[in-house]
Amino acid sequence: MTAPLLVADAIERHYEVRRDGLLGKRRSLRAVDGVSFAVPPGRTLGLVGESGCGKSTTAKLVLGLVPLTGGTVRFDGQPVQARHDAAWRRQRRDMQMVYQDPLGALDRRLPVGRQIMEPLAIHRIGTPNGRRDKAMALLEAVGLGASHLGRYPHELSGGQRQRIVLARAMILEPRLLVCDEPVSALDVSIQAQVVNLLGDIQARFGVAYLFISHDLRIVRQVSHEVAVMYLGRIVEQGEPDRLFSQPEHPYTRALVSAIPTARGAKARERILLQGDPPNPVDVPSGCAFRTRCAWAQPLCAERRPELRPLADGTRVACHMTHGDIAARRAA
Amino acid sequence: MFGLAPPPILEIAGLTVDFDTGKRIVRAVHGVDLKLGRGEALGLVGESGSGKSVTWMAVMRLLGPRARIGGEILLDGASIPDMPEPAVEKLRGRRMAMIFQDATSALNPVHRIGSQLAEAVRLHRGLSGASARVEARRLLDRVRIANAQQRLDEYPHQLSGGMNQRVMIAMALAGAPDLLIADEPTTALDATIQAQILDLLREIRRDSGMAMVLISHDLGVVAENCDRIAVMYAGRIVEEAPSDALFEDPRHPYTRGLMAALPDLDGPRRALVAIPGTVPEPWSLPPGCSFAPRCPDAVPACAAGVPPLLASGSRRRAACIRVAGADVAAPTRELVW
Repeated sequence: MTAPLLVADAIERHYEVRRDGLLGKRRSLRAVDGVSFAVPPGRTLGLVGESGCGKSTTAKLVLGLVPLTGGTVRFDGQPVQARHDAAWRRQRRDMQMVYQDPLGALDRRLPVGRQIMEPLAIHRIGTPNGRRDKAMALLEAVGLGASHLGRYPHELSGGQRQRIVLARAMILEPRLLVCDEPVSALDVSIQAQVVNLLGDIQARFGVAYLFISHDLRIVRQVSHEVAVMYLGRIVEQGEPDRLFSQPEHPYTRALVSAIPTARGAKARERILLQGDPPNPVDVPSGCAFRTRCAWAQPLCAERRPELRPLADGTRVACHMTHGDIAARRAA
Repeated sequence: MFGLAPPPILEIAGLTVDFDTGKRIVRAVHGVDLKLGRGEALGLVGESGSGKSVTWMAVMRLLGPRARIGGEILLDGASIPDMPEPAVEKLRGRRMAMIFQDATSALNPVHRIGSQLAEAVRLHRGLSGASARVEARRLLDRVRIANAQQRLDEYPHQLSGGMNQRVMIAMALAGAPDLLIADEPTTALDATIQAQILDLLREIRRDSGMAMVLISHDLGVVAENCDRIAVMYAGRIVEEAPSDALFEDPRHPYTRGLMAALPDLDGPRRALVAIPGTVPEPWSLPPGCSFAPRCPDAVPACAAGVPPLLASGSRRRAACIRVAGADVAAPTRELVW
C-alpha cells in the first residue's frame, strides 16, 4: 500500500455568525465539521452532496485557501498551512484547482496561450521557448492545437475553455488536481468529452483528483472512492459501484433514488425527503439528517453517529445501519 | 391520433423565429411542427442553443420586438401570432402559463409572497381583497408549502429555492391554465428538491388534467415525466417519439449520441462516448443536416439538403436520411481506467 498523497484529518471550518442582525447572539456555522479522508497518488476521491453541504469549503481547506479551525491537512506528508509563505507556494506547484466556470477562471484580455504559460512564469520555471513548447504539448494533450494559442477566451466554446483551464492547471505537472464541479456548466455531449479527457490525463500523468460534484452519475464515472456529505460531515464513504447500487445511509438512499433515469428502469423506488436541509447554523443535535429521516429514533437525537466501517469496508454514519438502535432496544 | 380523437390543445406548424441583431438576421428556430393533446405531457430536450426555450417563448409571445415569428401557432384553434396584444395577455396565465428555471429571480424581491400571489389571483380570476388572500393561501396549500399562512407575509429571500419554485407553480396555477410550459423548472435545484417538485407537478396534472410541456437538458427528467419527447438540435426537431420508444430505440444519431454520452448510475461503468465537436452557431449552420459534421453515420448526401422530419414507424418521426437503412447500435466499450 502506497502512502496517501493527501490526508485530511478531522478538518473543521466553523464561521462565527450573528443571527437576527447586529445585536443578535453569536452562533457558529459549521460549514465543515470533522471531515477525514485520504487520496492515494493517481487515484480519484469523489465528494458528492447538495448545495451547502460543505464540499466546496472542503476543497478550499485542502488547498490552504481558507484557514482551518480544526484538524490537519497533509500533502505528501507535509502539513498544508493557510499561511501563504514560500513553503505553501512550493506545495501549490503540486496541487492545482479547476473550477466550474471556465470563463470566470480565465482572463478575458489575455490570449489563452499566455495564460497556459503563466504558472511557469510565476514559478520561474524554464525559458520562454521552453515554456511555449510545454504549452503546445499540453494543448495537444487536452485535444486542442497550435491555432488556439493566440485566441481569447470569448472566441472559444465552453468545452474548449475548460480544456484550456485543464491545460493551465496541468502545466506545472501537479500531483493533485482539486476539481470543483468541473463539468457542471457544460452540455451533455461536451460533458462526456471533458470527463473522458480527465480520465486520459490521469492515465497519462498519474495525477490524483479530489473531484467535487453534485452529479452522482459523473462522480461514479470518474471516482475510485466516493464520500457523500451532508451538512458538513461525511455520512457514507466507499467504493462507487457498491455505494450507488446499494446505498446504506438513509440520506444516500434518498439522494440515489432522486436521480431520474433515462434508461427505462423506472422500477427504482423514489424516496421523497420532506422539506429542505436545515440551516447549517441550526444543525440538529445527534444525527444532522434525523429531521428528514423516515427511520429516525430517539437515539438519533441523543448521540451523533460516527463514520464506521461495515463488514465490506463501506463506511457509514448511521445508528440504524450499525444496529445501534436494535442494540439499545435489546438492552 | 385517429378520426375521433379530440382536437389538440396546441398545434404548431412551420414555426420559425428570427432575431434581428442589428447587424444581421439570425434564425433560431427553423420550422418546428408539433401537436400537443389535451392533458398530454410533452418533453423537449436539447442542448443550449437548440431553440427549445425560444420555441415556447414564441408560443407565449414573450420574445419582444426584435423577434419575428413565422408559421402557425394555434391554441384551441385560435392563431396566437395574429392576436392583438390585449388578447394574448388574456391567454397568458388563464389558458397557458409558464414557469422558469430561476424562481427566486422571477419573483419580485420587494413584495411579500402573499401580495404577489394575490395579484395573480386578481388578474386571472377577478378576486380582490380578502377573497384573493384566501385563494392565495389555498394555492400555497395546493403546492404543499407548510405554514402557508405565515409564508404569505414573507419575502422571496426568506424562502429556499425549492419553496420559491413552489410559489411560482402556485402563481401559474392561479388562472387554472390548460397548458403549463415548464422551462428547466428544476435545473437550479438540488436532486432531492428536484424530485419533490417533479412529484408535485405530476400530482397537479393528475388532479387537474393540465397539459404540460417540460423543457429540459436532462433526458432522465423528461423520460420519467412525459408521455412523448421531442429532441431538438440547432433549431429543429430531429426526433419525436413516445418516451418509452425513444429510450428503448433511439433512431436519430444525435439522440443516440446524447444517450451514449450520459453516464449511468447503475450497471457496469463504461467509457462515455462523447459527441465530437460543438453545437454550430445559429448564424453559421453547416449545409444540409446541421448534425452531419458531428455525426458518426454521416455520408456526403447528408450535406445535400436538410432532412425532413418523416414518420419512422408508428407514432414517431425522425429527421435523418440514414434512419431507414442505418442499423448502428449505440456503441459501448468496457471502461478501462
